[in-house]
Amino acid sequence: MSLLERAERNIDAVAWQGEIPIQNRYTVGLAGERFLRELKESGRLLGSRCPECDYVYVPPTLYCERCFEKLDDWIEVGPEGTVVSFTIVTQALDGTPLADPDILALIRLDWADSLLVHRLGKVSLDELEIGLWVKPVLKPKNRREGSILDIQYFAPAYHEE
Amino acid sequence: MGMRKVAVVGAGMTKFVRRAQETGKELSYEAAKMALDSCELTLEDVDGVALGTAPDAFDGVHMKGEYLSDGAGAWRKPFMRSYVGGGTGVFAPIQGWYHVASGLFDVCLVVCEEKMSSCQPHPQGAFLTIFDHTTERPLGPNLLWIFALEMNRYMQTHGLQKKDIALVSVKNKRNAADHPCALLPEPNITVEDVLNSEVLAWPVQRLDVSPVTDGAVALVLASENVAKRITDKPVWIKGVGWSLDSAHWTNRDLYYPKYVEYAARMAYEMAGIREPRKEIHIVEPYDPFDYKELHHLEGLLLADKGDAPRLTAEGVTARTGNMPVCPSGGLLGVGNPIAAAGLMKVAELFWQLRGEAGKRQVPGKPITGLAQAWGDLMQVGTVIILGIGG
Amino acid sequence: MSSKIKEYPGVALHESDFAEKKVLYTTWEPNARYAWDTGVAIGRYLAELKRGHIVGTTCHACRRIVVPPRVFCEWCFRPMDEWVYLQDQGVVNTFSLCHVRWDMERVKEPLIPAVIEIAGASKGMGILHLLGEVDPTEVHIGLQVQAVWKPARQRTGAITDIRYFKPSN
Repeated sequence: MSLLERAERNIDAVAWQGEIPIQNRYTVGLAGERFLRELKESGRLLGSRCPECDYVYVPPTLYCERCFEKLDDWIEVGPEGTVVSFTIVTQALDGTPLADPDILALIRLDWADSLLVHRLGKVSLDELEIGLWVKPVLKPKNRREGSILDIQYFAPAYHEE
Repeated sequence: MGMRKVAVVGAGMTKFVRRAQETGKELSYEAAKMALDSCELTLEDVDGVALGTAPDAFDGVHMKGEYLSDGAGAWRKPFMRSYVGGGTGVFAPIQGWYHVASGLFDVCLVVCEEKMSSCQPHPQGAFLTIFDHTTERPLGPNLLWIFALEMNRYMQTHGLQKKDIALVSVKNKRNAADHPCALLPEPNITVEDVLNSEVLAWPVQRLDVSPVTDGAVALVLASENVAKRITDKPVWIKGVGWSLDSAHWTNRDLYYPKYVEYAARMAYEMAGIREPRKEIHIVEPYDPFDYKELHHLEGLLLADKGDAPRLTAEGVTARTGNMPVCPSGGLLGVGNPIAAAGLMKVAELFWQLRGEAGKRQVPGKPITGLAQAWGDLMQVGTVIILGIGG
Repeated sequence: MSSKIKEYPGVALHESDFAEKKVLYTTWEPNARYAWDTGVAIGRYLAELKRGHIVGTTCHACRRIVVPPRVFCEWCFRPMDEWVYLQDQGVVNTFSLCHVRWDMERVKEPLIPAVIEIAGASKGMGILHLLGEVDPTEVHIGLQVQAVWKPARQRTGAITDIRYFKPSN
């Protein structure tokens, strides 16, 4: 009988338990700072455009990975966009079922080339499809903190408020 | 051996800072772009990228190599990440070297990046895992222990005093005053300042230690035909060497880094160097702690065992001495973003040998220089020798 | 080119920039918990510690007796031949007086980590442990020390079954 067969969980074998005691603190970076500050203050979504290849990055980047040019051409994108792909998440990270499934989507904002990953909301499973036209639903300005979560979710763009 | 000649043709670096606002990708980009611009190459000219960076825990990004790759200029290119502890910064250009020497690439970009400030409350939380999780970590170690234990053994074996070693910290932090990217330049520091600084883990005191740092450095390596086309000042990679000792660090006498000697002998042989003390004109040994510079000079056979402190005291290793050591300011003065720190040393040789080091320029037109890095549980030695002419 | 560049990139932040929210950032706590299998050699090492013994292994090719034990000789790259009981005493190979914890907070009484060459193993074969019951100013390389064990019923099969080493009488 192999060790793996005998030990259904690895702590059943003779094991020493421990952890790596770290937390992470990530700056959002130079491009991220400008993107998220604008989102917080004005609710506008910005992309960075490469003068060489015209590619528009959202979230914006400091440089074009294709041409290696430094980017300082900032343009407003969206706010509407199109769902390029989606998934319906029914379990939390620990495997417990979610009461309300989480719908995550890759969204190409109007005027952007790269894709933004975010959450969909106020959308029924019937209408959920690739190609769905969506728009961001922001937190009220006084609750925005300069985070990607200042966008609460993207909702179908043709819904009435 | 049928290997092609390889030159360093460009270099770039960011400032070394305690906490950078830039993301790791952005730091990598700034250094890589500066290196390419310095030799007027573009991303299209780059055949492959060699990246060096410490384990993912420091930046807090899993698959950190892949994450950094686009900032390192590797979009849709052959890309390799290597890691041999603190030795990485000198290993990354060795990896770049063999890709060009083999004929596989004509131009290889080498990038080293570290963003240690992401690691809270202190990067030591990640360093702890260097100790054996079962037989050592339960004792409550911290990273300083291995340095303190090695330093004490080195001092005891040779009958050295703290003041003999503090001179290294003074020299390097003063040298760093002339480095535009330095984190801890101290133009007026004295031996007394070092000896009076806070005792962390005796014999290690605060000013014996290099700081936690963010930063990135990049080099452009090119084959001979490319190098001669784009610059009239190629700096050739004359020799490389590396060696790892066992991780059973408590079974070795730490007074002498035998693995550094093995790495150095490999590099000297490749470079055709028979008398290193005469033929190496400028040295950038790894100095995360002041005694390490001395330890490594001895391992590199550039000083007799136990004699490196005397060379330091007599000014031989000063920027204007017969064998300038860490004219950059080293890790003690410029900073210690793990992998980037080692590559900074190689960039320093590049600038020094081309006569472009500004206020840091060593006199006497050096033609051969050696950079060395070290890492993990007193076990990694990496060595590169650069030279002009020939 | 170092001397030709006037301004290098890199924006230095101060800790207060985070506290005062002058800069945007996110935080994350990785749930980095592990259970490391002890393996064959260290598994037996721990089991013997629980019984009050320090055990090593020996390689008949290079004739070394090593501790901590391993199942293969990294010099000869062949299996170790025998388990060997060592003495619970030794000599200090090197030591430090450590005043800070890993997060750099200062501690009141210094910890005294040491590499202790274990009697009965080959020369230079040490383990990492702590010294205790000793005036820090009296510690020196070459000091003869002996293990101070936890009482048998408190031992769990861990390196800390030896509380520390103290000077031999």
